[in-house]
Amino acid sequence: MSSTVSGRPASLRGWGRTAPTTARVIIPRSADEVSAAVAAVGPRGIIARGLGRSYGDPAQNAGGTVLDMTGLAAIGSIDPDSGLTVVDGGVSLDALMRAALPHGLWVPVLPGTRQVSIGGAIGADVHGKNHHRYGSFGNHVRSMDLVTSDGTIRTLTPDGPDAELFWATVGGMGLTGVITRATVALHRTESAYFVVDTDRTADLDELMGLLTDGSDDSYAYSAAWFDTTTAGAQLGRAVLTRGSLATRDELPPKLRRDPLRFDAPQLLRFPDVFPNGLANRHTLRAFSELWYRKAPRRQRGAIQNITAFYQVLDLFGDWNRVYGSRGFLQYQFVVPFGAEPTVRRIVEKIVASPHSSGLNVFKRFGAASPAPLSFPQPGWTITVDFPLAPGLHRFCTELDELVLGAGGRLYLAKDSRASGATIRRGYPRFDEWRKVRDAADPDGVFVSDMARRLELTT
Amino acid sequence: MIDAVGNPQAVLLMGGTSDIGLAVVEAFASDRPMRVVLAARPSSRLAAAQARLAGLGCAVETVEFDARALDTHADVVRKAFVGGDIDVAIVAFGLLGDAEQAWTDVAAAVELAQVNYTAAVSVGVALAEHLRAQGHGALVAFSSVAGERVRRSNFVYGSTKAGMDAFYTGLTEALRPDGVGVTVVRPGFVHTRMTEGLKPAPLSTTPEAVAAVVVDAVRKRRGLVWAPAPLRIVMSVLRHLPRAVFRRLPV
Repeated sequence: MSSTVSGRPASLRGWGRTAPTTARVIIPRSADEVSAAVAAVGPRGIIARGLGRSYGDPAQNAGGTVLDMTGLAAIGSIDPDSGLTVVDGGVSLDALMRAALPHGLWVPVLPGTRQVSIGGAIGADVHGKNHHRYGSFGNHVRSMDLVTSDGTIRTLTPDGPDAELFWATVGGMGLTGVITRATVALHRTESAYFVVDTDRTADLDELMGLLTDGSDDSYAYSAAWFDTTTAGAQLGRAVLTRGSLATRDELPPKLRRDPLRFDAPQLLRFPDVFPNGLANRHTLRAFSELWYRKAPRRQRGAIQNITAFYQVLDLFGDWNRVYGSRGFLQYQFVVPFGAEPTVRRIVEKIVASPHSSGLNVFKRFGAASPAPLSFPQPGWTITVDFPLAPGLHRFCTELDELVLGAGGRLYLAKDSRASGATIRRGYPRFDEWRKVRDAADPDGVFVSDMARRLELTT
Repeated sequence: MIDAVGNPQAVLLMGGTSDIGLAVVEAFASDRPMRVVLAARPSSRLAAAQARLAGLGCAVETVEFDARALDTHADVVRKAFVGGDIDVAIVAFGLLGDAEQAWTDVAAAVELAQVNYTAAVSVGVALAEHLRAQGHGALVAFSSVAGERVRRSNFVYGSTKAGMDAFYTGLTEALRPDGVGVTVVRPGFVHTRMTEGLKPAPLSTTPEAVAAVVVDAVRKRRGLVWAPAPLRIVMSVLRHLPRAVFRRLPV
């Protein structure tokens, strides 16, 4: 019991394995225990942590308290008719999906991994390959329970009296309070499989052409892997995979018997034995060549399960260990439509730089969310992974300038190195968010390493 | 906070006019401007350092600090943390003194011992308290190869550095569970104001080169580094020489 109250010191870091700090970790088992922990907060504040998949430092709080929300992991109720599902903040999207599928229900927004908590999905307002059609996670939340700085539990809805606080919490990186429960509207599905079309493009321009010729809107899901190791006529050559959930009739007879079977194994967990520097120019170049070559030039109507089509990395536990003890950072930005020259310029810069990336994602975003700190906005988003290396900061700062110059922004769930000024410039509604946040938490109870680093709350 | 690429937001330099200490601050600031607290006695050198760092885009504060005034240290360190968290605290004050006077003059010996050892311990304890409370940060302490195997030619200085080196080596372990990294730096002969006029030893180096070693060590969370790096091997050999051989060496 004493460990629940006072917590146990632990070193925490994000998925990028950089910048560890020490905090007292408490594992609450109920909303009341969350309230008690918030009420008993010390001078260095408190922040909720889900499954630690943010790349940087938003779920750390050096010298303060961190609430490990995985103790609040109950799936309250699933209404198969309306799709409305009540879940605790610590439930993973993986667990939710497994519970919902037998009812013919599908989680409407899935990021690149299912190992994300409900609280984290709301706090980062995560998006998936279907953003151009379905928006981000917050768009599908019908209500949530938030423990605010005075320890009270408030129920917020997107258009109720507390709508401002609701939308400040969506994308608010946990800095408005602790999400203990949420009602999420799930979609109906006939199967857990996708009908997938694949197109391999010669370069970036062909890729952007395919994404804007109108065909993209006929797919619910769409994203491309692209190459950052090839230049010239092959600049940004890509493998575009697009698909939609299969109807029962679209499945081959073998799969039709059990169309809602959740076919998502984990093949292996990576051990923590990889040296620094294994992911380098040469290995990433070879990987990119292989990844491009193994994709079909053009394929239509392939039936794929969720890991094959969507969350390939979920096949591997602890894959971030491949980057060694020094870790890596993930750089994700969005620039508005019309900034195609900037997109090209950034890819050229990456190709020409000593920094290499293998897991690159290119996607077209749809409409923005009403949440002031929500990342997606209509335009192009690119995600790249860079292993930590000398000069990386300066290189990323040059990219920041290009992104901001084009009217774009960085994604807080990925950031681990930007400056506060860069974030403020990218989020023109920052002050609006700040006002709502400060009203809900006047004493600065909710604080994280990210908040300190980017001066989000001071 | 120190970010993912190892850039701090705020640095404290205890011994705010130290050539090596300022070189470390400038090396960090070259990647990204930051908040700097210089703890030193007021002087024209301090004002010049403040101006130079401000020119690099840093927000510079000063706190009056006299290493000899032991009973003021806790308060000096408290003031240094008033403006917020300190990500990197650098202990860079020290005296070299005249080696012959140091072992023949009681007052000179006591001054060396107090500044280089007692004050370093007192500041270390005060810094540790604040760094533990914030749950993150790096502490850099400048020791010396002179303390690694003490030579006849400067053994009072060497003994003070041996003592502070042992203290900070222990502090490295004591602070590890609190998320605070301590880096003990053992430079060789560095061309600074402190060594002006002395004959350079082999493998002599510059404050900028030492700073590069320190920045790299903080980013990689190393507990102990030599500057330049090959001194590690040299000192390892010297440490193991029989005394009869060592005393005859012209070092």
